Amino acid sequence: MSKARSRPADLLPPDAGRDGPLFAVSAILVFLACLCALGAVGAWTAASGWTAQLSDQITIQVLSEDDRDIAADAADAGERVARLPGVESVEVRPREASERLLEPWLGRGGLPDDFPVPRVIAVRIDPAAPPLTAAVEGVFEEAGYTVLVDDHQRWAGAVAQAAATVRYFALALVALLGLAAAAVVAFAARASLAARWDVADALHLVGAPDGFITSLFQRRFFLLGLKAGLTGAFAAALAAAGLAFAGGAAGALFFLPSLELGWGAAFIPPAAAILSGLVAAIAARSAVSAALARRWS
Amino acid sequence: MPARDDTRRDAPRFETGPAVRFESVGMRYGRGPEILRDVSFELPRGSFQFLTGPSGAGKSSLLKLIYLAERPSRGLISLFGRDTALTDAKSLPAIRRRIGVVFQEFKLLNHLTVFENVALPLRVAGQPRRAYAEDVAELLAWVGLGERMDAYPPTLSGGEQQRASIARAVVGQPEILIADEPTGNVDPAMARRLLRLFAELNKLGTTVLIASHDVGLVRSMDAPVMELADGRLAAGARAA
Repeated sequence: MSKARSRPADLLPPDAGRDGPLFAVSAILVFLACLCALGAVGAWTAASGWTAQLSDQITIQVLSEDDRDIAADAADAGERVARLPGVESVEVRPREASERLLEPWLGRGGLPDDFPVPRVIAVRIDPAAPPLTAAVEGVFEEAGYTVLVDDHQRWAGAVAQAAATVRYFALALVALLGLAAAAVVAFAARASLAARWDVADALHLVGAPDGFITSLFQRRFFLLGLKAGLTGAFAAALAAAGLAFAGGAAGALFFLPSLELGWGAAFIPPAAAILSGLVAAIAARSAVSAALARRWS
Repeated sequence: MPARDDTRRDAPRFETGPAVRFESVGMRYGRGPEILRDVSFELPRGSFQFLTGPSGAGKSSLLKLIYLAERPSRGLISLFGRDTALTDAKSLPAIRRRIGVVFQEFKLLNHLTVFENVALPLRVAGQPRRAYAEDVAELLAWVGLGERMDAYPPTLSGGEQQRASIARAVVGQPEILIADEPTGNVDPAMARRLLRLFAELNKLGTTVLIASHDVGLVRSMDAPVMELADGRLAAGARAA
């Protein structure tokens, strides 16, 4: 059968010389964008976890005072606070637990028995209906000993703010990388058109509207962007999985977002690949449309 | 010549006026000197006309104005009764599809086969391949390229490329056919055959304008002649 009767040929010839480098640059940009987005999600997930942990706990310190039995005071404080509505559990921690908390400052062991070490009471509260801090403090008004109530809100706020900063910074990086990708593709599309004016002119003169010519470049760059995006996104998913595994195995990411990503993050790489194709298509369409308008205006 | 459906898809149903009308048209490239000066003529629908003149007289520039590849620097051009300066830019491709052009430099696309090149206007017009495959093959056979339809332009001789270019110009059954030196690269027998093709298209109602400096070609047909000299239509030239 004659080739003439088979599938129509592509009206744009392949740009083998230019497609390779553009593919590599696009794939790298998508890789970096994916890592940023995954980092943002990881930071957000971790911060949400920390905030949740802080917001369903209250810590009460019973301070040591002369002529008072701090163990009895701590037990009394535990009983008082346990009666409050919204309190789920109360744990009066022993002196050893307080000493362990002081180890970074005072060293391990060797504290004299009469050293005034406060006792810590960990109170787990109902996050849906927590007792007011003022109500907790109120039950100790006539207790005869001194307590400090910490509802962790100061820390929870700081953690949430830090997580939001990390997230917005990562999103800004993703946007910047997207802009860079669009600029690169627009440049490549203009170069591709400049190399193939013969095709554009021939199509124009046989009556092809600008939209027809533009759509040829748009389709080519969409497919190139999509393939590069899939490659970059796959590499980023592998890298993120590796980081998560390394962090989980060795605890190497103690102070960094721990990349506890959740299932929602699984959509990021495919979404990034599709977005890469769309950005490439839009950038190519815009660049080629402008060039055609300039040439034939 | 292959028999084909005479339906003209892009033609509005009611139009008045000549196929082409120039009125005091001037043209220059950029800030250069005027290539065409005060050119006025009409091509009635269904006419057959030659355009002659020495090299550099402005023949190709005049043709470019007709097939809307360039715009005049002054004057009025109307195609099918419509002032091109007042025509919406989005309507221009549809007008171009009503005009077939045989380019002097062929303008074939080297990465497409002869078949694909010839079918290009139909493909651009949105026709499905199955609708035109037979017609294109038949037309290619008629211009002597039936055995070369899968070949690529760089492998064709100059004459073969010219014939492919002519086939592409006529495949969409244009209402105006413009040919710029269409027989410059073919032997006399093929030249006569191609002229017969143009004449048959003209009989079907196509307005034909052939630019040529081949005196023998021009004299071989009893058709009006416009002569361009130094950017002006020479006085006494016959118009249709």
